[in-house]
Amino acid sequence: MKIIADKPKLLTETPMHYCPGCTHGIVHRLIAEVLEELGKADNAIGIAPVGCAVYAYRYFNCDMIEAAHGRAPAISSAVRRVVNPDNLIFCYQGDGDCASIGMAETVHACMRGENITVIFINNGIYGMTGGQMAPTTMPGVKATTCIYGRDPKKYGNPVHLSEMLATLTGPAYIERVACYDVPHVKKAKAALKKAFEIQMQKKGLSFIEVLASCPTNFHMTPIEAMDFVKTQAEPFYPLGVFKDITKEEANS
Amino acid sequence: MNKIIISGFGGQGVLSLGKFISYSAIEQNLNTSWLPSYGPEMRGGTANCSVIYSHEDIAAPVIDHPDILIVFNEPSLDKFENSVKAGGTIIINSDIVHKKTTRKDVKFFEIPVDTLAAEINKRGANVYMLGVLLPLFGDISEECAIHAVEHVFESKPKVIPSNIECLKAGIEYMKKLLK
Amino acid sequence: MKKLWKGNEAIAEAAVAAGCRYFFGYPITPQNEIPEYMSWRLYEVGGAFIQAESEVSAINMVYGAAAAGARAMTSSSSPGVSLKQEGISYIAAAELPCVIVNMMRSGPGLGGIQASQGDYFQATKGGGHGDYHCIVYAPSTVQEFVDIMYNAFDVADEYRNPVMIIGDGMLGQMMEPAEIPPMKDVTKMYEKYHKDEWATCGHSDGKARIINSLRIEPDENEEFTLRLYKKYEEIAKKETKVEEYRMDDAEYVFVAYGSVARICKAAIVELREQGIKAGLIRPITLYPYPSATIEKAARRDSVKKFVTVEMSMGQMVEDVRLAVNGLKPVEFYGRCGGNVMMPADLVKYIKEGK
Repeated sequence: MKIIADKPKLLTETPMHYCPGCTHGIVHRLIAEVLEELGKADNAIGIAPVGCAVYAYRYFNCDMIEAAHGRAPAISSAVRRVVNPDNLIFCYQGDGDCASIGMAETVHACMRGENITVIFINNGIYGMTGGQMAPTTMPGVKATTCIYGRDPKKYGNPVHLSEMLATLTGPAYIERVACYDVPHVKKAKAALKKAFEIQMQKKGLSFIEVLASCPTNFHMTPIEAMDFVKTQAEPFYPLGVFKDITKEEANS
Repeated sequence: MNKIIISGFGGQGVLSLGKFISYSAIEQNLNTSWLPSYGPEMRGGTANCSVIYSHEDIAAPVIDHPDILIVFNEPSLDKFENSVKAGGTIIINSDIVHKKTTRKDVKFFEIPVDTLAAEINKRGANVYMLGVLLPLFGDISEECAIHAVEHVFESKPKVIPSNIECLKAGIEYMKKLLK
Repeated sequence: MKKLWKGNEAIAEAAVAAGCRYFFGYPITPQNEIPEYMSWRLYEVGGAFIQAESEVSAINMVYGAAAAGARAMTSSSSPGVSLKQEGISYIAAAELPCVIVNMMRSGPGLGGIQASQGDYFQATKGGGHGDYHCIVYAPSTVQEFVDIMYNAFDVADEYRNPVMIIGDGMLGQMMEPAEIPPMKDVTKMYEKYHKDEWATCGHSDGKARIINSLRIEPDENEEFTLRLYKKYEEIAKKETKVEEYRMDDAEYVFVAYGSVARICKAAIVELREQGIKAGLIRPITLYPYPSATIEKAARRDSVKKFVTVEMSMGQMVEDVRLAVNGLKPVEFYGRCGGNVMMPADLVKYIKEGK
């Protein structure tokens, strides 16, 4: 029998607990593939979040640290100073983690320009706790803490985190991608690769926002959830590169 | 053992005079503690420090009844004069404090330390006051105080000679008063 | 050679000598000299310093550096230590070694900036969520602060448990002669405590290490917690430290820690000059607590009563009462709000019973 597709070695044998149609599994695999292709899989260090991806430490076959909610960028800032500069470090975070309770840690790690990669999974909802409003829940979208839909007058406005962080001097690379179809998965992989390459070149913090689906809490089928990301989320959170110091360097 | 409270405005060198005493005591191989007041105001407010030196281990670094009180402003005299031990000493900087103590059971010295020091070094009032204190202490040598001055001004060697001069002048001034 | 050191700076240098190479903190009075000192000193010895965006971040940076196998610490004062409690709970649960210094000031709330001992409960009874303990030391002189700090990282590494050292504004701000012991070899510490087995510093040997405090299955979490408490039993057996001062014939026993214990000692000297036999039991570790020493004293016929003295409304007194267990009266004398009692106050209290 000939193997035509295999699991990256950086992923463990542990079956993932993610719901069908969830984007976490795809992004996990992309990270593993990219780190292997870059030859940096064996000594990478990952920081897992609180949220649906809390078990990320079970799925990546490298040194992993489970962080308190929102604190991954602070933890990785310290790890960065202790370990060999060639060890790649990635924070894997959801929207509640990265853009709400850990907003200060995210912003300040960016301000310091830490040589780490932050992967920000934005599905616009709190998945693990059961569908509460996220800092990225779009106006009009229903959640269990805004049951008639997010009314910014009552519940505040969502944050465009990539655009916001791009105003800072510290970050080296910021891109928003999606994973709702094959071409976009490929683009997401390219973005992750670029992010880790920038870390390898010690240019500073790279930040990849992934628009993600949550069929369970969107109350949709996996296909409907992917379609929601494409037709609803993407127009609100446009894809693209918001900061790239390698371009800035080339132009200057 | 001597328990000393030094009090005045922030910026008058109240805390550094205390440090000079502690550094001198340590040069003399004595135990010592220096406890500053600290507060939100960096300058202009009141500042004081409690300095103890002793042949024994020092238990409490806080002082309820000082042997010697040195005051650089009038509010400090009002605040601390009643706490001084009977038979203790109050020294005022009479260039600034124009009041006398109401206590009858203490030794009282009015010393225009700014004027006296200015003849040698305009910024030497604290070291001059350290000199004034040495004859009162009796158990810290001039040599140890000189070492302390050299240590504190290690990074500014230019100012050491004039400060040592202030120290010596202070010692002579007090010796004459005590005669 | 003994040098005159400011408490906060001596503590910082002692930590460096002990092999601490990473410091993460946030400014708060009265401990600012510690981060200020570390901000330049650590770079001289190949370490690093971050002025964190918050106390919450600072303690999580400690978590990260400790996870990667380094000797790391943070320091703060009461309101800041409250903010760190989340991280301390995680550190205890992930079994990471580190040192936390709390130079206590008066609470509650923003409170004041003068010396206090109002964080005894927080330090010794957990502080954050869940069943855990820090090993808590309460030195009473600058030299003792230095000596405890010098060993604190070894204790933390030995048990893979956070160590908290609590002082107060008085100890941090005062100057006293102290001697800093020689520098420890950090690399040897890494080997000695077998950090290679667990530290998440990016291994390339194919075995992934995981630092984690999530144990979502009740059985798993119970088993872990029971193991944690076995560790605390061992710590109690081996690490409990206490000083007894003039206790041989004491009738009146002060129980006090930290700077307050020094005030008690001064009062004891005065009381004995007046013919009153007073003594002091001074817990040096607040967790584990030297209950056995207090109980033994309570069983002596000569002892008439205990007076617990604290700069608080009475927190440690509860542990004294538990240890004395009704054998003798246990009274409390306290000042709060940032005020300090004087030796004369304690002399008066013993003589007049109030």
